[in-house]
Amino acid sequence: MNHIAIKMLMGDRGKYLGIIMGLTFASLIMTQQPAIFLGLMSRSYSFITDVGLPDIWVMDEKVQFVDDIKPLQDTELYRVRGISGVQWAMPMYKGLLKSRLADGTFQTCIVVGLDDATLIGGPPVMLEGKIDDLRRSDGVIVDIDGAIDKLGKPSPTPGGKPIPLQVGDSMELNDHRAIVVGIAKVTRTFQSQPVVYTTYSRAKNYAPRERKLLSFVLVKAKPGQDLAELARRIRATTGLAAYTREEFKTLTYEYFMKNTGIPINFGISVLLGFIVGAAIAGQTFYNFTLENLRQFGVLKAMGTSNWTLLRMILLQAVLVGTIGYGLGVGLTALFGYSMRHSILAFKFPWQLLMFSGAGVSLICVFAALVSIIKVIRLEPAIVFKG
Amino acid sequence: MDSSSLAVRCENVVKTYDTGGQKVTALNGVNLDIAMGELMMLVGPSGCGKTTLISVIAGILDQDHGHCEVFGEDLLNMSGQSKLDFRAHNIGFVFQAFNLLPSLSAAENVSIPLIINGMKRSDAELKAVAVLEQVGLGARVAALPSELSGGQQQRVAIARALVHSPRLIVCDEPTSSLDHETGHNVMSLLKEVALHKDRALVIVTHDARIFEFADRIAEMDDGHIVKVKNAK
Repeated sequence: MNHIAIKMLMGDRGKYLGIIMGLTFASLIMTQQPAIFLGLMSRSYSFITDVGLPDIWVMDEKVQFVDDIKPLQDTELYRVRGISGVQWAMPMYKGLLKSRLADGTFQTCIVVGLDDATLIGGPPVMLEGKIDDLRRSDGVIVDIDGAIDKLGKPSPTPGGKPIPLQVGDSMELNDHRAIVVGIAKVTRTFQSQPVVYTTYSRAKNYAPRERKLLSFVLVKAKPGQDLAELARRIRATTGLAAYTREEFKTLTYEYFMKNTGIPINFGISVLLGFIVGAAIAGQTFYNFTLENLRQFGVLKAMGTSNWTLLRMILLQAVLVGTIGYGLGVGLTALFGYSMRHSILAFKFPWQLLMFSGAGVSLICVFAALVSIIKVIRLEPAIVFKG
Repeated sequence: MDSSSLAVRCENVVKTYDTGGQKVTALNGVNLDIAMGELMMLVGPSGCGKTTLISVIAGILDQDHGHCEVFGEDLLNMSGQSKLDFRAHNIGFVFQAFNLLPSLSAAENVSIPLIINGMKRSDAELKAVAVLEQVGLGARVAALPSELSGGQQQRVAIARALVHSPRLIVCDEPTSSLDHETGHNVMSLLKEVALHKDRALVIVTHDARIFEFADRIAEMDDGHIVKVKNAK
């Protein structure tokens, strides 16, 4: 009877495609919108992800997320270094500084100052130059997106694309001269501002004069150390906040979840997509069953059991669900792939596949259940009505 | 009539429908015997209860009162599954609107009763092709219902009703969607290939032009059998 169920389903191409399209749309919107949401949210902590080496981040106890800089005194670095279990601790400056462009306009940049000796916390991927080039006089490394776009030199033709910043070019950071010694690839940040790397001491020169300029202390634990226990020890000894990398990511992520309208905006669009997709697919599938009611009646009159009819309808639902889900997820993946070089945030983890799979299954099961009830209640005598 | 030679015995069958709070009596004490090897026609005006009676005889509708035995089995007292099995093995259906599954080929449509009875699809389709050849459609086994004329579709429906060798075939207005000549041909075919001593045919019809094919004609009115007469 499975063969008959499949033929019944695919016999009317228009309706079959209608159901598939409804489910494709539902699964597309259930994956594409959350993928953008997850991509956007992952950008909130992309800076932490890029700084791969340290195990623990130490900062002011009032810091709420990675961009919420509340500077410390440099002496805090030595206090942290003195705690048992710490293999090394390095300073990091992170702040927003203005860069004056060749056309006279200003662009705010995220300036990251790395420990002068070790350069720990540098960019994850160097495209041009070496990180050691930061030791050269006035050396800075600029991220590729910033170099191409926001920090680019003005186009010689009016309205043309800016000329990308290159190694050897000079720039002005808060009235200080800086020379580009490298181009790096960094993960886009939430604010999408250009990222400029330099040494800690040079960053302090670029930054406006303040008593406290140390943003973070990056800590590497000695081998075999329990990171949670070491973080607790740092907190207890210094009175500062200390988070493992994952804890700091979560802190940042949760701040954005609680304090921005992003989750609710995306939540609404995902919910609407789910409702619209479910309505289209469910209604089309239900209509399909209603229109085939006489055929089910014929099968019932000929001796087909309700159980067999139920299996037939479930098979039809599973089939359209699987195809619709596959197409929807495929389109989302294609969308993500085609946008990989754009500014669009996109992250498509396996959990999202599970989520959308569960969503589409729910739609199919619901539509199938409503249809099954109709078929089970069907009087086979319907077949004698003209 | 000897009860062992009876295909159907209905005694005082009553069936009432509840239509929006109003009771409508479709069968009001119907008594009817149909013998094996007999072609019985049920005739009468619209709404007289003909279709309800064949639904009860075919076991797809339960009467409220009375007995209806088919091959000695009281369908009312059968469990749901037994009744399904009984229908699947013993009864063939021919409908006014053919009721072929539009997305299945002629052979696939004909094979359905065999598949319901548990036969493998490939074997069922082989047998279906043989029966389609018997009804003169050997060349159209792969055609979809939409590719067949009304007469050809009814031939497919007849093949479907015959393929599993049922002992009773119930037909509801089998010629009313067909022109006179095609209807005549369909009835000739039905009588020729479907009727034999181990099988009975019950045909509901308005079509007086096919009365000549009946062995007996039962006239119904207002939920009763008012007259049963020999057609010849």
